[in-house]
Amino acid sequence: MPARQPTEPPRLTLDNVTCERDDRVLFCNLQYNCQAGTLLQVVGFNGAGKTTLLHALTGLIAPAEGQILWQQTPIANSARAFRQALLYLGHQAPVKAHLTVAENALWLARLQGASVERLDWALEQVDMLAYRDITCHSLSAGQRRRVALAQLYMSQAPLWVLDEPFTAIDKEGVAKLEALLERHCAHGGIAVLTSHQALRVAGMQTLNLADFQPQAGASYAYG
Amino acid sequence: MDDQRGDNWSGVSAVFSRDLRLMWRHRSDLANPLIFFLIAITLLPLGVDPSRQLLGSIAPGMLWIMALLATLLSMDLLFRGDYDDGSLAQFQLAPQPLYLTVLAKVAVYWLTTGLPLALMAPLLAVMLALPEGGYIPLTLSLTLGTAVMSLIGALGAALTVCLRSGGLVLTLIVMPLYLPVLIIGANCVSSAVAGFDYSRELALLGAGLALALIVMPPAIAGALRISSNQ
Repeated sequence: MPARQPTEPPRLTLDNVTCERDDRVLFCNLQYNCQAGTLLQVVGFNGAGKTTLLHALTGLIAPAEGQILWQQTPIANSARAFRQALLYLGHQAPVKAHLTVAENALWLARLQGASVERLDWALEQVDMLAYRDITCHSLSAGQRRRVALAQLYMSQAPLWVLDEPFTAIDKEGVAKLEALLERHCAHGGIAVLTSHQALRVAGMQTLNLADFQPQAGASYAYG
Repeated sequence: MDDQRGDNWSGVSAVFSRDLRLMWRHRSDLANPLIFFLIAITLLPLGVDPSRQLLGSIAPGMLWIMALLATLLSMDLLFRGDYDDGSLAQFQLAPQPLYLTVLAKVAVYWLTTGLPLALMAPLLAVMLALPEGGYIPLTLSLTLGTAVMSLIGALGAALTVCLRSGGLVLTLIVMPLYLPVLIIGANCVSSAVAGFDYSRELALLGAGLALALIVMPPAIAGALRISSNQ
């Protein structure tokens, strides 16, 4: 893992967050505090709002109520500092079919300001180095996801937000990722992820969105 | 601050070179607007009276209208691919501001669509017997005009990116904004043909481009933020 600058330890706080989608309250009054070294798995039934929560965490959408704080500052107020500290991988792999594996990993890393010189090493870690100059057109879904996951090995961001990172990844790949997440958190990083798989990572915390469902009838109280 | 500027530049150039490379890999798509332009202009003398006098008089307007329609052809795809595969979310969450990324994308679009159209227009103008003296203003006005139209069209593309069939809506949004560009651009060529000074029209197009360069990127970025939340 890269040596991080000796800045203050990362801290992510969800302060009374309520999220809505299409005028329906998904979860409400969500309170959570992620200290440095937290690995948080968000679980919940389909449609519980896992992806919506991750979007709110990254600032892609604004929560209906409450706020997200990064280093005690609302993320909307320190957008640039927050985005520099953030690595987000959505449930779709941002991989262009007509670019090669290396080209795809490179543009994403340069966009995020990650260290490009470790490209080959990162591709080796996700077992894609042999495909370096193959266009992603002919790759399988799991391989495309691996191309996107190579970002994790290049990134220096302390906060990782990952939406279903294990989709289409084989057993060995999952084990490797678990080890990577453990290392990231041991170095004082924070990782928030959604997954339907049971992960074997020491010290992992779980957040069940079913615990923050609106009370029956409560959603009408706002309307 | 220098560090920030360096970061911005690295991210923007990453998107710029990625899009150029993608365009190059999709060379056949690249040729579509040019082929449309070529076919439309070739058919024109067959459909109307092929006398040099008539063709020469309608040539400035026709070349401009066809070029305008050609830039609209693939406009709605500008952000569609990035929206579908999640690249757009990465643009939004990258450290550099979204409007710079947008500007890089529009620049690539103009370089691969608008500029080739402007460079091809004089060749097609020969077919329409455009009177001498109209060729240079035609290329210059189209170069500036397609840049303005790319920026305006990108706003329409951003607003309709989440609609499955946004093509028609895009055209409806963008058309009224294209009209002043068309009027000034076609005027530029016809006044040059008539022997008048055309620098005023060029200056107007240039001013339009300067205004669009300032106003449009933040507007496009805002539109993308709204659309991607749907």
